[in-house]
Formats: sequence, structure tokens, C-alpha cells
Amino acid sequence: MTSHLPLILAMLLVTFGPRLLPWLLLAKRPLPPLLRRFLLYIPYTALGALIVKGVLEAPAAMTAATLAGIAAAAACSWYRGGLVSSVSAAIIAVFLLLSYQ
Amino acid sequence: MKSKVHSFQEGLIAGLPLVIGYFPVAMAFGLLAKTVNISLLDSCLFSLLVFAGASQFMALDLIKAGIAMGDIVLATLLLNLRHAMMSASLAVRLTDVKKRWLPLLAFGITDESFAVAAVQPGKLSVPFLLALQGFSYMSWVAGTVAGYLLGSALPVSVKTALGVGLYAMFTAILVPEIRKSANILWLALLAGMIYAANHFFTLLPSGWGLIAAIILASLAGLLLLPGKAREEQP
Repeated sequence: MTSHLPLILAMLLVTFGPRLLPWLLLAKRPLPPLLRRFLLYIPYTALGALIVKGVLEAPAAMTAATLAGIAAAAACSWYRGGLVSSVSAAIIAVFLLLSYQ
Repeated sequence: MKSKVHSFQEGLIAGLPLVIGYFPVAMAFGLLAKTVNISLLDSCLFSLLVFAGASQFMALDLIKAGIAMGDIVLATLLLNLRHAMMSASLAVRLTDVKKRWLPLLAFGITDESFAVAAVQPGKLSVPFLLALQGFSYMSWVAGTVAGYLLGSALPVSVKTALGVGLYAMFTAILVPEIRKSANILWLALLAGMIYAANHFFTLLPSGWGLIAAIILASLAGLLLLPGKAREEQP
């Protein structure tokens, strides 16, 4: 087995860098209102894009099951289920679908 | 003003789904790393030092395909630029924080910990973030070891079902916010549509597609949504 330490250290740099720089640059500084609004929108646009990414990048055989899991989580959380129960509902839905298809 | 112990506990509770959700995905990483012939030590170092699920899985794929190290690192950088936006978005909401905590808090930013922290009402505190990120980090590392050592014993359907858990979590974070404001539904839908359009027409590689969807949809929100909406967190 070859050592992957150089790759791991380089990946540490390029994952940690983007995470750290904005904190150093932005902390404790008042922001222009427009930029502030832009940053407040990011959680919702990021979540929307990430969920769609999950469905589109699932293996073809998994697309239906992934959609079912997401639908189960959406339904559960719409009726005020917490995170753990919504995620559990999704996992159970996917497991049942995969077991009986 | 909340006591620090209280917000540490809140961080633990908010982080519980992450702790539960990370473990099986990390197991999948450990299992896969073993099949790509990576040592247990290196697999652990990936999770300990890089701590980025998507990047780690991509690295395994690229190592298996024999891609050069420089290209793997560049792809990782592109994939992780989104965390710069997320980190900027959280930095705005963190007040009264000592500089020495910043590197640690920044290290713990992932799609998932960001998503949980981002929808917390009000200001964010250091103990809250430390608990949220620290415990999900431990779960990620522990899951990697467990997957490497005993993952091959799990049935495939269980492993696959657990993998969908992450997207279920994103959904369960987003839906209650949509209940509060229709604007949030439009923002999320628009970003999803931009991501899908890029995916089907393959305009940009996937990492950039995600960044483009987030930036374009948030910009569209600035233009189309009324200015005061969600401006101040309650």
C-alpha cells in the first residue's frame, strides 16, 4: 500500500482554506445590507441545490428510492416531526422499498 | 443571555441527527477506502484531517481511476468553494467570539453542520457550534474506523438506505423553514432548478454547478424578493 499522506495534507489545505478565510475576513465587521441579505439567502438556496443534487446523482436504480426517502422526510417534517424522526422515516421508507421491489 | 452550558446542550441536541446521520456514511467511506487498498491509518487521516464527505468519496474514485494528485487537489478545491460561502454566511451571525476559536469553528463547517446552524434563530454562540461540530466530527471519524474494520458484514440494502439519510436530513431542515415563509420555497426551488438545468445540459462540472446554483438563486432573490424578508432573524 502506498502512503497517501501528501494527498491528504494537500486536501486538508484546500478544504480548510475555503472554510477559514471568510471567518478571518468577515468576523466583527458590519456588512452592507445587500450583501447581508445575499448571505442570509444562501442556506435556503444551498439546501435546495443539495437536495436536487442528491436525487440527480443517485445511481439510476436508486432514484425512485431516494425520491421516496426525501418525500417521507418532507411529509414527516411538514407535520412537525423533528430531524431525527424525519430522517428515520426516510431511512425506513428506503429500506422497505429496496427490500420489497 | 443564555448560559454557555445551556447552549452547549442545545448544540448537542441540534447535532444529534448529524451524529446519527454521519456514522453510516462514514462507514461507507471506510469500507470503500479498504476496497481501494488504502491503509487504515490513511483512511482515518482522511476523515481526521479533511473531514469533507463529498471530497473524500471523490478522492477515492479518482485514486481508483489513477488520476494525478494535483488534479485531485484541484477538484477538491472546486468542490469546497461552496464552504467559503457557507462560512461567510455563518461568520455574519457570530458575535463576541475570540479569534482563537475561529480556526476550530471554521474546520467544522460541512454542508450538514452549516445547514443545522444556519436555520437556528438569532445569534450563534461558540459552545453551540463546538458541540454541534465536535460531536458530528467524532461520529465521522468513528464511523470511518468502524466501516473499515467491519463494514463488509452489513447487507447492501441497509447501507444504501442509510446513504439516503443525508438528503432526508437536508429536506427535514428545509421544510419547516418553508412553512414559515413562501419566499424560502422560491429560493430553494430556483436553486434546485438551476442545479438541475446545469446537470442536464452539463454546462459546468458538478462542483461549480452547485456554486453557480447557490450564487444565481441568491442573487435572483435579491432582485425578486421584497427587501425586508428574513432580513433580521427573530
